[in-house]
Amino acid sequence: MIAIVDYGAGNIASVHRALTHLGADARITAEPAEVLRASRVVFPGQGHFGQAVERLRHSGLDDALRQTLQRGVPFLGICLGLQLLFEGSDEAPAAAGLGLLPGRCVRFAAELRVPQVGWNSVQALRVGTALDARPQGEHYYFVHSYHAVAAQPSDVLATADYGGPFTAAVARDQLLAVQFHPEKSGQAGLDLLQAWLSQK
Amino acid sequence: MLTVRVIPCLDIQGGRVVKGVQFEGLRDAGDPLELAERYDRAGADELCFLDIRASDQQRSILLELLAKVASRLFIPFTVGGGIRSIEDVRAVLMAGADKVSIGSAAVADPQLVARAANQFGSQCVVVSLDVRRTPEGYRLTSHGGRQTTDRDALEFASQVAQLGAGELLVNDMDADGTRAGFGHDLNLAIAQRVQIPVIASGGAGQLQHFAEAVTLGGATAVLAASVLHDGTFTVRDVKQAMRDRGLAVRL
Repeated sequence: MIAIVDYGAGNIASVHRALTHLGADARITAEPAEVLRASRVVFPGQGHFGQAVERLRHSGLDDALRQTLQRGVPFLGICLGLQLLFEGSDEAPAAAGLGLLPGRCVRFAAELRVPQVGWNSVQALRVGTALDARPQGEHYYFVHSYHAVAAQPSDVLATADYGGPFTAAVARDQLLAVQFHPEKSGQAGLDLLQAWLSQK
Repeated sequence: MLTVRVIPCLDIQGGRVVKGVQFEGLRDAGDPLELAERYDRAGADELCFLDIRASDQQRSILLELLAKVASRLFIPFTVGGGIRSIEDVRAVLMAGADKVSIGSAAVADPQLVARAANQFGSQCVVVSLDVRRTPEGYRLTSHGGRQTTDRDALEFASQVAQLGAGELLVNDMDADGTRAGFGHDLNLAIAQRVQIPVIASGGAGQLQHFAEAVTLGGATAVLAASVLHDGTFTVRDVKQAMRDRGLAVRL
């Protein structure tokens, strides 16, 4: 069973619809115990970093997510689910992120239109992940105002360009997280999800 | 590079597309789901469904339709028309829409924009402005452009952007249906007032108009209806023309 972690952040039903469309046995859950039982975990989300941190802590999902990653369960973060893996964000400077990856999230430069909304071309920096499912430079759908700045360069899997390069995906061991929305990126996104589902 | 979005807009009434769409080999030109899938395959970056005669009894039909679209279409789609309250916003998003487009209700009560953004996030709140030129400046209109109000469109744009709108959809009511080109003066005036994305709508008649909406009007996306539906241009034609003018597109 694939657990889609529900902590009240945004329209996560679309992630469920995409995975179901691909034939996966995916379940939306807010229960830490169910997350811990899952064979794969999807950590989606949209919305405010600070509120998300609060909800994760209240529900105990933060510990479940940490354990999941420690155990090496295949893990896919999406959008805010990528940002929350880091230590913090300028969106809520007082709130501590999950801190699973070193680094922080910052807002796009003031002269850019924010949020960034639309399809941006993604450049992978290495092979061996679900991103390989599509050619280099494939377009995926982004909606976000903040982006992660990883302190450990090897964590950055892919970048895209919006007034300069920014982190489009991170990966470490069994963890993959993308800033864009594969569930809203048409066939390209479905191919990525399918590749992630098929990876051991 | 972030690409310029091309967004076909389908007018919906009672769960059916009105104003026929001319795709070759369509089984049912009025089926929103079939059209949505065709536009997805044709390279549309997003879709917009406009419920043109939103009534309570037709609302449930619309919500059923949205649920069907959402289970089969994996690109973003926006729903507009008759969004009057936070309950309307919630219902449409829960049914599977990614964004709502709020029009007259935002003019009547701009705080609705703030409530929707706080509850569901700015990323799903599009504010739609119907604008006409008057000797006093750009003015918002109501009732589908038939009545001009005394509200300044530029001030309204700033106001809703501050309240949390994620994007602005600018309907140029003077240019709409003329096919003489987007109203670049209006789009640029708004794009210069706000830091959020601006979607240009109304007036496209030639391929070059789409690129000009970006290069001259400062828009980050273009929305079109009849020129795409009647087969004057395909989505691909529009994007190729933009690429020829040096703009990044997803082709």
